Amino acid sequence: MAVDILMPALSPTMEEGTLTKWLVEEGDTIKSGDILAEIETDKATMEFEAVEDGIIGKLLVAEGTASVPVNSKIAVLLEDGESISDIPAETTVKEPINTSDNRRAEFTTPLEIPLNKTVVELKLPDGTKFKTQTVREAIRDAMSEEMRLDDTVYLIGEEVAEYEGAYKISQGMLDEFGSKRVIDTPITEHGFTGIAIGAAFGGLKPVVEFMTFNFAMQAMDQIVNSAAKTLYMSGGQMGAPMVFRGPNGAAARVGAQHSQDYAAWYSHIPGLKVVQPYSAADAKGLLKSAIRDPNPVIFLENEILYGQSFEVPDLVDYTVPLGKARIWCEGDDITLVSFGIGMKYALEAAEQLTEMGVSVEVIDLRSLRPLDTQTVINSVKKTNRCVTVEEGFPVCSIGNYVSSVLMQQAFDYLDAPVINCSGKDVPMPYAENLEKLALVTTEDVMAAAKSVLYR
Amino acid sequence: MTVKKPKKISVSKNDLMPLYRKMLLIRRFEEKAGQLYGMGLIGGFCHLYIGQEAVVVGLEAAAGEGDKRVTSYRDHGHMLACGMDANGVMAELTGRSGGYSKGKGGSMHMFSKEKHFYGGHGIVGAQVPIGAGLAFADKYKGNDNVTFTYFGDGAANQGQVYETFNMAALWDLPVIFVIENNQYAMGTSQQRSTSSAEIYERGHAFGIPGEAVDGMDVLAVKAAGQTAVKHCRSGKGPYILEIKTYRYRGHSMSDPAKYRTREEVQKIREEKDAIQHIRDLLLTGEHCSEDDLKLIDKEIKEIVNKSADFAKESPEPASEDLWTDIYADLEA
Repeated sequence: MAVDILMPALSPTMEEGTLTKWLVEEGDTIKSGDILAEIETDKATMEFEAVEDGIIGKLLVAEGTASVPVNSKIAVLLEDGESISDIPAETTVKEPINTSDNRRAEFTTPLEIPLNKTVVELKLPDGTKFKTQTVREAIRDAMSEEMRLDDTVYLIGEEVAEYEGAYKISQGMLDEFGSKRVIDTPITEHGFTGIAIGAAFGGLKPVVEFMTFNFAMQAMDQIVNSAAKTLYMSGGQMGAPMVFRGPNGAAARVGAQHSQDYAAWYSHIPGLKVVQPYSAADAKGLLKSAIRDPNPVIFLENEILYGQSFEVPDLVDYTVPLGKARIWCEGDDITLVSFGIGMKYALEAAEQLTEMGVSVEVIDLRSLRPLDTQTVINSVKKTNRCVTVEEGFPVCSIGNYVSSVLMQQAFDYLDAPVINCSGKDVPMPYAENLEKLALVTTEDVMAAAKSVLYR
Repeated sequence: MTVKKPKKISVSKNDLMPLYRKMLLIRRFEEKAGQLYGMGLIGGFCHLYIGQEAVVVGLEAAAGEGDKRVTSYRDHGHMLACGMDANGVMAELTGRSGGYSKGKGGSMHMFSKEKHFYGGHGIVGAQVPIGAGLAFADKYKGNDNVTFTYFGDGAANQGQVYETFNMAALWDLPVIFVIENNQYAMGTSQQRSTSSAEIYERGHAFGIPGEAVDGMDVLAVKAAGQTAVKHCRSGKGPYILEIKTYRYRGHSMSDPAKYRTREEVQKIREEKDAIQHIRDLLLTGEHCSEDDLKLIDKEIKEIVNKSADFAKESPEPASEDLWTDIYADLEA
């Protein structure tokens, strides 16, 4: 049977093209792979190859014809034994088959990040005892406890084993778990991140420590393109159950390249979960949940918080669900929303505001993706005023997102614009006085709070 | 090409036939994919494997049950060679729900847990540490599986490849790095992009043994694959195979391929074609007749046509599928 040769699409965006030149004539015997014609696309002039053997029966489009639609007949190929007279006289250029219209499904952008799992806050049992622990110890305990429970969990990173962690997080872990499960890497973030992701595809649950998240920039492609997207791209067949953790944000006087908060960067990516705890109890409970979670979780710590002590529930298995904010104190006049070290400024401001007779509600988001917007909305419906506090840069920040959610879902309840307090829009300076100015400060939060309270 | 002379291997019809069938399946499948692209049924980027068939078919013949494979975006051949279903691959190319990734991955992003195929990666070189990581998982679990990690001569200039070589050698990971050297990194020839003539020699700096192989000779590829598998399975760490091959078609469908002459392509097609080579072996060894081969051609054509029909008829994914598979449930 004669085969129609159609005008090919030769680029992702081509809809029509110019048939510049025929390289075969009617009656020519051709083989698969022979060049039939030159076609000018929207990008380049391309050679068009035959995909089947046969004889050129008829050329339907003349050389030099412009705007030939993709999928229109341009020639007819005869098989063995057929002759030109078998072909119906047909020279009109057919309308192209429409394959790309109406593909865009109608949907509205949801503000809630879709979560397949409902999270339930664990209630502490009556009579739970607490112990005082630093954030550093809480993180170590979380990892060690999970490694005792599941031997597919392991820790990998620079200086995590023999040096016991550049920030002494993994103290004692090499002794307990051995070098098979507490693994020192060369200084090679791009490479070891990719290896850990491959291991996660292969059934392990790696905890990747970045000496600081500033160095994870080297591995950003692997985190975003390989870890976050594979579950989706594989139609649910395989993903990367793993944790990326390490100190994030400004430390003290380490300059622009080592002082950056990546909360908003990672929170932008569907497929990642993002956590940034403030207290030791949350650090422990959230890290244990992150290790058990079957998705890639970015766990953002803070060097300044490592040494601070908090009360941690003294339980055999204390976990905190991802995606659930914590209300630190309840109040009626204003909501302060923060996370991570931003909580330090929010809580300081709350204290000062309380002294002024203002009733303050402070919300620690803890998880940034999924973000517990409902807790914030409920609070603002009560207080009618909101200030967000974070250390990251102001443009496209977490606070910006929270503001947009409030504007769309609690607009009628707001008595003042939401104000975002953030780090200043400058690279981190080294000088002590300038660094202080560049960070978000309690004074910034106080000024914003007074402004939305009209005081 | 400077390659080691392959060891003399005695070949039987039983050795040759499955290789021939698989190579032919890949070629016909890719030709059909090119055709469907031309019809607008396949969109976006589509990188065909035509010319390189002997590489993956030879190596798959050396692989064992449980061995893993991961590759770049030029991945259709690898999927067919490891036994993935032509229908599912073609339907993924057309973005339909019957595709391996339910239409959400496309040409460059397909996976099969069942066949131990770990993608399908669109970022040049990114699959290299991932492949070493799969090998890491096997070593951690204490089995003797190996991972075939395929990448091109272009990817061989990515930094993460050498970060991975270092750690794979340091930790004795059972990974075979397969450099499919088709001589062009998109439009840039090896001479214009790569300081060393023999890429596998870069492994020497890390203490990784390797060799160059004639990638147009499927039996030579299989033999080299067996050497590499033996090395890795015995716990000696990684191995590099630089397989010299050639891609007949453009880098992707929209590549006019002006960086090489038509004569260059034609000469290799005529003198070195891997499928013609094995056809000749079958015929001159009197393992089969022209008619036998015609019958196989017909069978393969049917498989491919059926896959194209399936790929056209399979429905588009449901709109709700936009929102699925972003996060895994805790108790999956």
